[in-house]
This record gives sequence, structure tokens and C-alpha cells, in this order.
Amino acid sequence: MTTLLNVKDLRAYYGQVQALHGLTFSLNEGSLTTLLGANGAGKTTTLRAICNMVRSSGTIEFDGQPLVNRSTENIVRLGIAHVPQGRGTFTNMTVEENLQLGAITRTDKAGIVSDIERMYGYFPVLKQRYLQQAGTLSGGEQQMLAVARALMLKPRLMLLDEPSFGLAPLIVRDLFKILGQINREEKVSILVVEQNAQLALELADQAYVIETGRIVMSGDAETISNDENVRKSYLGY
Amino acid sequence: MELFINQILAGIATGAIYACMALAIVMIYQAIDHLNFAQGEMAMFSTFVSWQLMQWGVPYWGAFLITLVFSFFAGIAIERVLFKPLAKAPILTQVAGFIALYAIINSCAGLIWDFTIKQYPTPFGSSPFLGSQLISTHQAGMIGITLLMLLGLFFFFRYTRVGLAMRAAASLPESARLVGINTSWMIALGWGMAAAIGSVAGMMIAPVVFLEPNMMLGVLIYGFAAAVLGGLTSPFGAVVGGFLVGIFENLVGTYIPGVGNELKLPIALALIITVLVIKPAGLFGRHIVKRV
Amino acid sequence: MSAAEDLATHAPAVEAVPKRAMTLSAGTTIAILAVLVLVPAFTKNFVIFQLTMLLIYGLAVLALNILTGGSGQFSLGQSAFYAIGAYTSAILMEQYNVNYVLTLPVAGIICFGAGFLFGLPALRLSGVYLALATFALATAMPQLLKLGFFEPWTGGVQGLVVTKPDAPFGLPIGQDAWLYYFTLAVTVAIYIFSINLLRSRSGRAFMAIRDNEIAASAMGIDVSLYKTLAFGVSAGITGVAGGLGAIAVQFVAPDSYTIQLAISLFLGMVVGGVGWLPGSFVGAAFIIFVPNMAENISKGLSGAVFGVLLFLVIFLVPHGARQIAIVGQQLIGKLKKS
Repeated sequence: MTTLLNVKDLRAYYGQVQALHGLTFSLNEGSLTTLLGANGAGKTTTLRAICNMVRSSGTIEFDGQPLVNRSTENIVRLGIAHVPQGRGTFTNMTVEENLQLGAITRTDKAGIVSDIERMYGYFPVLKQRYLQQAGTLSGGEQQMLAVARALMLKPRLMLLDEPSFGLAPLIVRDLFKILGQINREEKVSILVVEQNAQLALELADQAYVIETGRIVMSGDAETISNDENVRKSYLGY
Repeated sequence: MELFINQILAGIATGAIYACMALAIVMIYQAIDHLNFAQGEMAMFSTFVSWQLMQWGVPYWGAFLITLVFSFFAGIAIERVLFKPLAKAPILTQVAGFIALYAIINSCAGLIWDFTIKQYPTPFGSSPFLGSQLISTHQAGMIGITLLMLLGLFFFFRYTRVGLAMRAAASLPESARLVGINTSWMIALGWGMAAAIGSVAGMMIAPVVFLEPNMMLGVLIYGFAAAVLGGLTSPFGAVVGGFLVGIFENLVGTYIPGVGNELKLPIALALIITVLVIKPAGLFGRHIVKRV
Repeated sequence: MSAAEDLATHAPAVEAVPKRAMTLSAGTTIAILAVLVLVPAFTKNFVIFQLTMLLIYGLAVLALNILTGGSGQFSLGQSAFYAIGAYTSAILMEQYNVNYVLTLPVAGIICFGAGFLFGLPALRLSGVYLALATFALATAMPQLLKLGFFEPWTGGVQGLVVTKPDAPFGLPIGQDAWLYYFTLAVTVAIYIFSINLLRSRSGRAFMAIRDNEIAASAMGIDVSLYKTLAFGVSAGITGVAGGLGAIAVQFVAPDSYTIQLAISLFLGMVVGGVGWLPGSFVGAAFIIFVPNMAENISKGLSGAVFGVLLFLVIFLVPHGARQIAIVGQQLIGKLKKS
């Protein structure tokens, strides 16, 4: 199994405040990893640091290539799709335009068209609303749109920041099922940051737990979810 | 009644100028989310460039095209050199930058071509349009070109990938970067397009107001007002706004007693502001959604 | 098309100046004050006059700082209030023989009222729309002053000549020097008032509105009241400055108060550092002296030179003179440690 993402000693700063204190972890190709932790632990910051959206130091390598001095858009072009917190949907544009934007860096027109159809296959509700303004979609639908948009990039790695946020449990279950499907069928490695640890551990194969900017636990998801101590200390259940 | 209709038509004719300018203003607002006060000066400078080319013997449409291309690249150059470094500065500082640019361009134009008024040719001739006394062929041509540009912009934004990317970059820059769009270059592109459109506006306006370094001042203000009236998010609104402002201006001058040329401007602006108080996003603007 | 959306979590248009940094330290202030008091003893009358104008424009920029840096409302219309203040003083002095000292509070109050009244309809506008409205006000003012209807008071296009006052009680100092000290006293008083205003509850209300109007209103702040109050106070101070200006220049005319003045005051605010009251005087110095410098460098290209100098300043210190002050304070801190 090849290492797709390698993060070493990552420190990140918001102005004068240090949010990450030397994070080290890695992802293998094809894995579905979850990053867990309490509010403010640094989960979102980690994803933002990978995409160079926050000032950071340390080493981040994607497929052997260092990401540190690249701009966000160039990192994305390497094949990393990031679904940010709050989804970042282009609310004034239609559903279909949002999907087209996901593929804006691609040049294969036919491929884009067929990929849009494939997205509609995963998320039929998007096909129903394809001409609607994205801002009028419900939370769950917008989340699906955000995931679909990310997939339009044909990424090798997808970063998801709290996809369950504000969504009803049943919808989250469905969404996570589709994520698992995408991981297996599209061969997209996934790193999902979640506060809803239980669901995330059911979905993922690997898990890391972050606390105040440091990794405090790592291992495969099943072990961690079975370890009562870990669950009680870090995951709150 | 006939006077009223005449004034409306005359207002539409002059309004074409403001519509043209308003288009350029909305264009740059789409790209960078604020207004460039130096837009008028850039248009003026481009118009002088075209005039100079014609003085050197280049035929009208040749000069027109060369100026268009020149303005496009000049706009990009100005953005890259002067405003990209200010991208992270507070907005008010950037506004000060626009004012500085205004001063520089105005002064340079004055030095190169001096402040005497010059005649500027029109490719449309200035005979009465379709026999009407109110609209000359030039004004009709100006309206035609403005509508053409509007159509072109519409297709650009709706149906091209670059247009889509520009809209995305202007609306949510961070999300745009996350789909791989180089938002910095989208801004530069926006400046280039605005400069090009502005140059067309200048070349259409110059035959009417005559060519001199301060020719764009009044036009710019009315253009802003028109863009704001129409709603800064809507090129269509900008054009409609332009015509409306032309009509306002004419009606105010004709029907309100004691209003000479000088007070037309503030009164027209006051009218526009009244509209804004009622409809804060402008006539065709998207409703401003404020979320906390 | 570009969304006219305004997520209030985006950086506010006007950035906050931390309370600590709002003014200079006591030592620096006293030093500067000492210099200001002593300077007239060593310079010619013309320089004293320029210093007087520096204080006057400094006041006007200060007023704009309270409005924009304090309450976050953008105004390109300060020249209108300056003009009203100037004409008030001139008319009272020349037509009604009122003592010049008394004209200033009157100018201030009238302009406060004008600002407050203007602030009311302006409540519905913000950002670029408010800029346009204030711009309209500024362009209207010279025209209004030229209107035939007002000519018996305003002197029409020619304006009015204002008599410069002598030093009172027969003090043995020249008119320029006396006017300078008088202006200095008024300036210090208004400066202290402004600092206290921004530190008071009202000041906090202003700044809450500036940073997040919706949240401020949700917290129970009467946004309408404070916004119009800010306009009023700002206009009032500008009016006093205008009155002083009329006396210093000894002349009022409609074309002295055009949009160019409003733009200059805006630039003064940016160069000084938005929201940083001490910077108002640095900004005033910029708008008084740099255009002269530009003209000396190149008569034909004075505008371009000014533009280039302005660009240099905003490239080097995008946050205005406040940045220099911060660096200076850090240096002094380091020196103290070693």
C-alpha cells in the first residue's frame, strides 16, 4: 500500500495563536480515514493546512510531492478535493453550474458530461433540481452537492470537513453510505473530519484522534471504537 | 406632452453614454467586488490613444481594435503592478489607490495631449436617425454598440468556462480556489475586460462630449449612479440604469425651475438615492443577504 | 453573477483599532504638545499659518475618523459640513458682527444638526451606496452656495471676506500666532473629547455597529440612534474646523469647498490610519504638504507625482501612520529592555 499523504510535524497559526503543535500522520492510498476530536482541537485547521489556507510550517507531501509552497488552487489541481466546513456552495449558481465548477480545471468535455451523469446517479435529488439555485437546496442536498462537486475534480484524495454538520441522522447515514461506496468504487482516498465520532468510526478504516493540536491516538477504526477508555476520554461516548 | 416624450427620448440617447460606462463599472465590480474610481480616466486615456493612432493615419476601426486590445492588456498590467500588492490591504486603502491612479492618469493625459478640447470622429455619422430630430445616427450607433456589448457579456458569463470561473471567483473566492481556480488571475482578467469595455465607452462618448482629459468626470459619476441604480450585480440593470439616469437628468433640467446645469447632478443623484432607500439593492440587483 | 451577499463573518470593511493603541502614550503626547506650543516662537508667520491649517484639517480628518473608523460609515461628504461651518462663522462675523469665538459653537451645533439630519435617510444606505449619497451632498454644496437665493448672506460666487481677529487683551503677539494658539486650544479640547467619546459607552456602541451591525442590533444597541449620532458629532467637529478655516484663510467662497476637499480628507484619514485619532494630524500634514511637494517636483505632472507618492505611502504602510507608530513603540520597548 502506497502512502498518499504524509504529514510531518505540522504546526499551524492563526495570527499569533498556534493551533497545531506538530502533527504527524499519514494516509494510504485507497483508505478511508477519519480525524476525530472535540471542538477547537484543530481538525478543521489540519484540513486547511493541507490546502495551504492557513499559515503553517512542517512537511506535507502528497504522492511524494511537497505541498508547502503551493497555492491552494495548485494543491487542488494535484488532485486534492476539499469540501470545507459550511460546504462552500456557490449559492447563486445552479446545481449544474456548481458541478461544472467542480470540473473547471478539466479539459475532457465528454468526460465531464458523463461524470455529471454519474453524480446524478449517486444523488438523484440533484438531478431533479439541476436548474435550481444551489442556495435554495436543503442542508442535506447542499452537502450532497458539495461532495458531488468535489468528485467532479476526479480527485485522488477527498477532504471532508464535518459533513454531518446540521444534518438529520438518517441523512447522515445515507451520505456516509455513499461516501463508503465512492471510496470503494471511485478509488478515492478520503479523509473525513468529524465530531460525530460514532458514525465516522463505522465508516472509516483508519482513525486519528486530535486534541489541542496534537495527535493523541491512532489506529484502525474498529479497535478505537471498541476501546472504551479512548471513547470515554476523547470521544465523549 | 410632446415635450415630455421628446425629453424622454433625448434622455435615452444621452443615457446610452451612461449605460456604456455603467457596463464597464459593473464588469469590474463583478471581478473585484468594489468600484474603481479610476475607470473613467482609463477610458479617457484609451480614447486619447485611439485618437493619436488616427492622427498617425490609422483608419477608425483599425484604431478602435488596436485600442481595445491595448486597453485590455493595460488593464491587466495596472492590476498586476499596482493593485495586486494591495490585495491584502484594507478596502479603504485600496480606494485610496484608485484615487492615486486617477490622479496619475489624468495628469499624464494632460501632459501628453494637453487640456485643449479636441474633435473626435464617429463611425456612424451624425445625421438624424431615421429622420428623427431627436436621435442622431451616432447616438443610435452608440446604443447599438452598448447592447451588443451587453449581449456579448451575457453569453460570456453564462456560457463560457472562463465566465463561469470569473463569477465563481468574484462570488466566493475561497470556494473558487478549492475547485482549482486561480482567483488572482480572474481579478486581473476582470480588470482587463473592464478596461476594454471602458475604452469602448470612451470612444463612443468622445464624439458627443469632445475629447479632453476631464471629459469623463461627469460621465463617470452618472455611470456609477446608473450602475448602482440598476443593481451592481446586473449588467442588464446597468444598461437600464444608464438610460433611466439619462432620462432623469433631462427631465430634471427641463421641468424643475431654477435648476441650471450645475444642480442637475446632485438632484439626479438625490433621485437615485431615493430609489435606493426604497430598493436598497437597486432595481435589478440581487437581494443582499446578510447572515450573521 | 457576483453575489451581493454579505456574510458578516467576512472581515469588516473598516478594521478595528485595538483600544490600547487608540492613542499615543502620555509621554509622547506631552512631547508633541510641547513642540506644538513652542514652535511659533521660532518660525515665520507663513509657517505658523500652515501649522494652523494643519490643525484645522487635522480636526476635519479626526471627525471623519470618528465616523468611518469609529462607526464604520463611509463618507465622501465632509466638505459639505466644512463649508456650512465656514459660512456660518463668516456670515455671523461679517453680517452680524458676532465675536469669532462665539461663532464656533454655533457652527458646531448647526453642523451637528445638519449631520444628524443627513444621517437619518442615510440609515438605509451603507458601503458604496452611502458613499454615493455623501458624494452627492458634497457636489451639491458648492452649487447651493452659489444659488441666487442665498446671495445676500453668502456673497454668491465671490464669497465673503472674513476679518482676522487680533489677540485679545492687547497681548503682544501677532494675529497669526494668536490664531494658532487659539486653534491649538480648540484642537486639544476636541481631541480629548473625541478620545473620551470613543472610550465611552457611546464609543463602544459605535464600534459594535462598525464591526457587526446586525449583532449590535441584536444586542440591543439602538443602531439608528448611534449611527445618526456619529454623523452628527462628525459633522459638528467638521463644522468647527470649517469655522476656524474661514477665520484662518480670511475668506469663504463656494469653490473652496468642492468634492476635492472631501477626497483630500478621505486620503488624510487613510494615510493617518483609519480609526487612529492621532494619525488624523499626520494625514492632514500629508494632504497639505505633499501636493506642494509634487508641484515643486514637476509642475506639469504634479497630479501624477502626487499619485505616485500616494501609492508609495500606501504600499509601504497600508494601514497608515498607525503602522509606523506601532513599529516605533516596539523599538522603544526594545530599547527600554536593553
